[in-house]
Formats: sequence, C-alpha cells, structure tokens
Amino acid sequence: MSVGAADILHETERTGDGGIDSAVVIAARSPMQLFWRRLREDKVALVGLAFIVVLIVIALFAPLIAKAFGVSPYKQSTKVLDQFGSPTGPSSAHIMGVDPLGRDVFARVLYGARVSLEVAIVATAISVSIGVVVGMVAAFYRGWVDTIISRLIDILLAFPILLLALGLASACSLGNGCLKTNGVGRDILYVGLAILALAVVWLGRKASKVKLSGLDRSTLAGPLITAAVVIAIGLFMWQVPGQTSTLIKPGVGVVIFVIAFVNWTYIGRIIRGQVLSLREKEFVEASRSLGASNARIIFREILPNLIAPIIVYSTLVIPTNILFEAALSFLGVGVQPPQASWGQMIADATSIFDTAWWFMVFPGVALVLTVLAFNLLGDGLQDALNPRSRR
Amino acid sequence: MGRYIVRRLLWVIVLLIAVSMLTFIIFYTFPSSDPAALRAGRNASPAVIAEIRHQLGLDRSLLWQYWHYMKGLIPVEVHTKGSFGLGWHGPDFGYSFQNQQPVKQQILDRLPATISLAAGAAVIWLVAGIGVGIISAVKSRSLLDRVTMGGALLAISAPVYWLGLVCLYLFSKDIGKVHIFDGANSYTGITNSFSHWFGSLLLPWLVLAASFAAFYARLLRANLIEVMGEDYIRTARAKGLPERRVILKHGLRSAITPIVTAAGLDIGILLGGAILTESVFNIPGIGRAAYDAIIHSDLPMIQGTVLFGAFFIVTANLVVDIVYAFLDPRVRYS
Repeated sequence: MSVGAADILHETERTGDGGIDSAVVIAARSPMQLFWRRLREDKVALVGLAFIVVLIVIALFAPLIAKAFGVSPYKQSTKVLDQFGSPTGPSSAHIMGVDPLGRDVFARVLYGARVSLEVAIVATAISVSIGVVVGMVAAFYRGWVDTIISRLIDILLAFPILLLALGLASACSLGNGCLKTNGVGRDILYVGLAILALAVVWLGRKASKVKLSGLDRSTLAGPLITAAVVIAIGLFMWQVPGQTSTLIKPGVGVVIFVIAFVNWTYIGRIIRGQVLSLREKEFVEASRSLGASNARIIFREILPNLIAPIIVYSTLVIPTNILFEAALSFLGVGVQPPQASWGQMIADATSIFDTAWWFMVFPGVALVLTVLAFNLLGDGLQDALNPRSRR
Repeated sequence: MGRYIVRRLLWVIVLLIAVSMLTFIIFYTFPSSDPAALRAGRNASPAVIAEIRHQLGLDRSLLWQYWHYMKGLIPVEVHTKGSFGLGWHGPDFGYSFQNQQPVKQQILDRLPATISLAAGAAVIWLVAGIGVGIISAVKSRSLLDRVTMGGALLAISAPVYWLGLVCLYLFSKDIGKVHIFDGANSYTGITNSFSHWFGSLLLPWLVLAASFAAFYARLLRANLIEVMGEDYIRTARAKGLPERRVILKHGLRSAITPIVTAAGLDIGILLGGAILTESVFNIPGIGRAAYDAIIHSDLPMIQGTVLFGAFFIVTANLVVDIVYAFLDPRVRYS
C-alpha cells in the first residue's frame, strides 16, 4: 500500500493535537495500522460493519433461528389464510405475517439473507478476480494482448448490461439450463482449460527467468493457440445434441455466473489504468535493474499497490451486486422458487401489496438496510484507505 | 476535431456490429425457450413445430441467420434488374416472432414513453442533485449537510422497484393512503393530453430520479469540496470576488465535469429502456418490450432492442467525449 509521507505527517499532527501520548505517536506505523486507526474513528462505518456481522450470523444460523420461532420458509398452509384465501398480517405466531401460499414471511426473509450475502461475496470475488487478472495482464504485457482485451471490454461496456444479464439469466433459469454439456465436449473443454493453465504456469516460470523485453512472442503463441483450439472444439462439441447435463443449473449459481460475467469489465479497466502507470514507476525500474523476475515484479511490487483500489472497488460493488441479484430475482430470472430471495418476494408482493403490505415491506426493508450497511462500510473504508478524500 | 469525430463514428459502427454478433451468439445459442414451439401453441405436433422452425429460418446455421439479419440492416438496395440504381429503404430489423409486427415499428411506437420517462427523470435528478450537492459542499459538516447526505445514502440503497411500490402504496390516487399522484397503469401519450401525461409520469419520474439525484449530489459535493481547496479559488477570493461567484463560476465549473460524464452515460442507458421502473408503473416503454422479448425468446425483437440500447450507449459516450473536450481545455489541446 502506498501511503505518502504527507499522510503520515497528517496522522501525527492530528493525534499530536490530542496530546495523548506523543512519544508513541512519533513511532512509525505501518499503513495497515494507520488504516485501522482511521476506520476505528469512523463511528458510522462501524455501525455498518456491526450490522453486516450480525447479518452474517443470522444468515449462517437461519435454520436454527427459524426453528426457534417455530416457523419454516417452505411450509405452506391454508390455515393461516383468512376466509377469502388472502394472507394474514403480522401476529404472534408469524411476526412478519404470511405470504399468499401461507408461508412465513419472517423465515423467508431470514433465508433471503443467505442468498443476498452469498451473491454479494462470491459474485464480487469472482468478478474482481477476473478483472484484476485481466487488467494486470493487459497493462503489463501491452501490445496485442492489451489491444484485444481493451477492445473486448469496450464491446461489453457498449452492451446494455441489464439486457445481457437478463438474457443469460433467463436462458439459464427458464430454459433447460445453460451450457448444455454432452460428456465428450465437456471433457475436451476441461483438457483445453488444463492445457491453458499449464501454458500459463510454464510461461510464468519462463517469464521469471527472462527479461520482459526478451520474452519472445512466438513462445507465447504456441501453447496458447493449442489451448484455444482445444477449448473451441470442446465448446463446439458441447452444443452437439444428446446433452446429458447442464453446467450451470437454475438458482443462485446462475445469478453469480451472470453478475460475474457482466461486471468484471469495470474493475478490469480500473486495474489496467493503475498498472499502466505503476509499471513505469521508479521502484519497478529499480527492481528490474536488480534482476527481479516478472513474477516478482507483478506479485511483490505491483500487486501490493493495487490492494487499496481493489478493496475500495470491491466495497463499492458489493451493494450494487446485492441490488443486481434482487433485480434479477424481481424480474423472475434470478433465484428460482421455492428458494427465498428478497427481490423475488417483492415481485410476488407486487400484485397484492395494497392489501398485504407486510409481504412487500419486510423483504424491502431487509434489502435496503443490507445495502445501506455495505455502503456505509464502503464509504468508511474508502476514507480510511484514501485520506485525501476525507470528508 | 473533425477527424477525431469521424474516427469515433467509425468506431461506433464497429462496436455496434460487435454487439450484434455477441447478441446473436448469446441469444441464439442459449434461448430461454423454443420460439417455434411458443408460436405453434399448445399440443402442436412436432411436424408443425418443424414447419414453423423452417419458416423462421431457425433450422439454418447460425452464420446464415446472422448474415440474413445483417443484410436487412443495410439501408440501401442495389437494383440490377431493368435499370441500375440505388434504392433507399431504411434499415429492416425483421419481424417479431410473437406478433409478426415489424420490430422497428414496435420500438418506434414505444420510444415516446421511454424518452418521456428518461428525460423527465433526468431533469429532476440533475436539478436536485446539483442543487443539493452545492449546498452540502458549501455548508459541509453542518446539520443540513449530514441529514441530506444520510438521506442520499438511503436513496442510493433503495431499489427503484421497491421505492415505486412503497410510493404507490402511500401516495397513489387509486390505492394510496394519501391521494397525491396518479397510480400505475395511467400512462398516456403526450399528444393525447399534456396534463394527463404529466400527472401520470410525475411519480415514476420522482422514483426513478431519487437514486440518481442522490448519487450526483454525493459526487458533486465531494468534487466541489476538493476543488474549493485549490489555490486558484484562494486567488479568486483574494481578488475580492463575492463568494457566490467564486463557488458558481470558479469552483463549479471544474467540479461539474464528472457530472457531465455520468449524466450522459446514465441517460444513454435509460433511453435503451428502464425495465424496472417501466414494469412497476406499467409504462409501455422499450424496457418492457425487451423484457417480454427475452422471456419469450423473440429473437428479432431481442436483437432490435439490444442494438437500440447499445446505439444510445455508444452515442452517449461519443457526445460526452465531445462535450468534455469543450468543457476541459486540457482535453481539447492535447
């Protein structure tokens, strides 16, 4: 993490004013310590963090909590509907009322937290990982690699994202599942991916011995083209009739796949920009002149400087991804019933919300509070990592 | 500048072709349902489905289908029979699988609703966002600032469809607790009755604008606070300029450039259809058409709406870049 002298000065100055123990203050602090100090002072961010921790605990123990209240998210019952067959509101037995199928809203809100958090964490992790790797590769190797990646990002960014996500999600959720596999195609694809992985490892080892400029493009091309051809054959075979199974089945997996697929471009572009400027910095030059390998430069010199933007971006994108999942489920192509998701509950409530307000209000409030908590924490992290934007 | 614009326009065309290819690959290889089976209706015999499949060209190869589609998009026609000449017939987007209507006509029919929604909301969020942003920046750390920024964060965190439902529940004339706004399903075209059009869109505008306004206010506030610490602001103050002039003329001018970028892109995206808002308030816009097309695997309609949306996005990008060059001299001269 790069924290300039100005920041450290700023820090000593501030705590020096308080005059608590100036002797300790002079001692050097690691960037991590400075970060924690700043975050600890941000009460609002801590509230957000506390809410998220509580939510994670609730999501983990959702079955136990539901059992403790004597409710289940899947049990349907006509007994809890009134004489016209409409759902009944909050009562001692069902503290958030029931839905039109007689299922307990409280239990479903609890289980909805699992979906939201799973998507928030997994989809964000996947899309950020893809973006970081792709962005770093593009900027570090430049040339045609960079051209292809940048143009691909341009194309994806020109695409109406929600339509793309809707299309992928509806294909995966409503059709017969997407990426239909016949066993042979899948196996060939896996072989291709394995060759690709081996090629990357081999190139990495080779690159760590040779200087960057000395890395011959033709040595790159051989294994990569082989891998590409095998993957293409695998993908082609994949579509051959007589499918036996689907790779991505309807449910949370689809939502995660879709969000990761459409979202990596933003972080990819940010990381590319960062690496483009970092690779020209003096400390990279110095490291290279000392004979450091490419791998060392990438992992030990450049990557640590990317941690702050990666954290800031991830916290910014988590709330967006939660809302994205809810929106897909609201539109009926995300998480599939009977599994509970907040977005899907709001969608179900749309037709009856004028009479059954509880069915609309509670999932919505849970959603808003969760997104709000992540936003609060994100703001706090951003300020703590980047003191110049301090508000 | 002229060369730059021409180069960018060519790039726009390349991008749109790439988007159309991607759409084809994704939506034709992973359809959410079989369009031929949907059209054939219930209990159709396999022979009938195969016949419809043949009519729609779905039994041809992907490449043939793509070529067939792209040929229609080329707006000029070369006559070779009789007299040689060029004829202009406009781009042909094909016919919807669902209702056999021309895709172009359907999109054009729905365009006024989407433009009305996007434009009205944009006016509201720009006025509210910029106003609140300036006030919050000037009175930063005051109670007013804290309350509005807290509210802004809340508005960003609320999904638009839920906010819409809550507002309908509380304020709509048909089912609301307080009868203020027209409810859902009340949209009419501006040519029918201006007052009815305005009334029916007022609530959708406010709901759609809420999170955008909040985002813009936060963005502008942060930028303006940073800019107001610059040396040239101190110079302007030292010259004895009134504070109002320092803020509006010197500070805002450079703080507002990111807002221009964001506004251009957001409006571009919304013109391609605001699916969530349109479905909550039942406004017959392009977003609803795109959603229906995707659910029913209406491939020509999907292709049309996606290309339409992509067109607005890349055009908005282009406009933003050009406007940027005029706003920021550094970009213009480099």
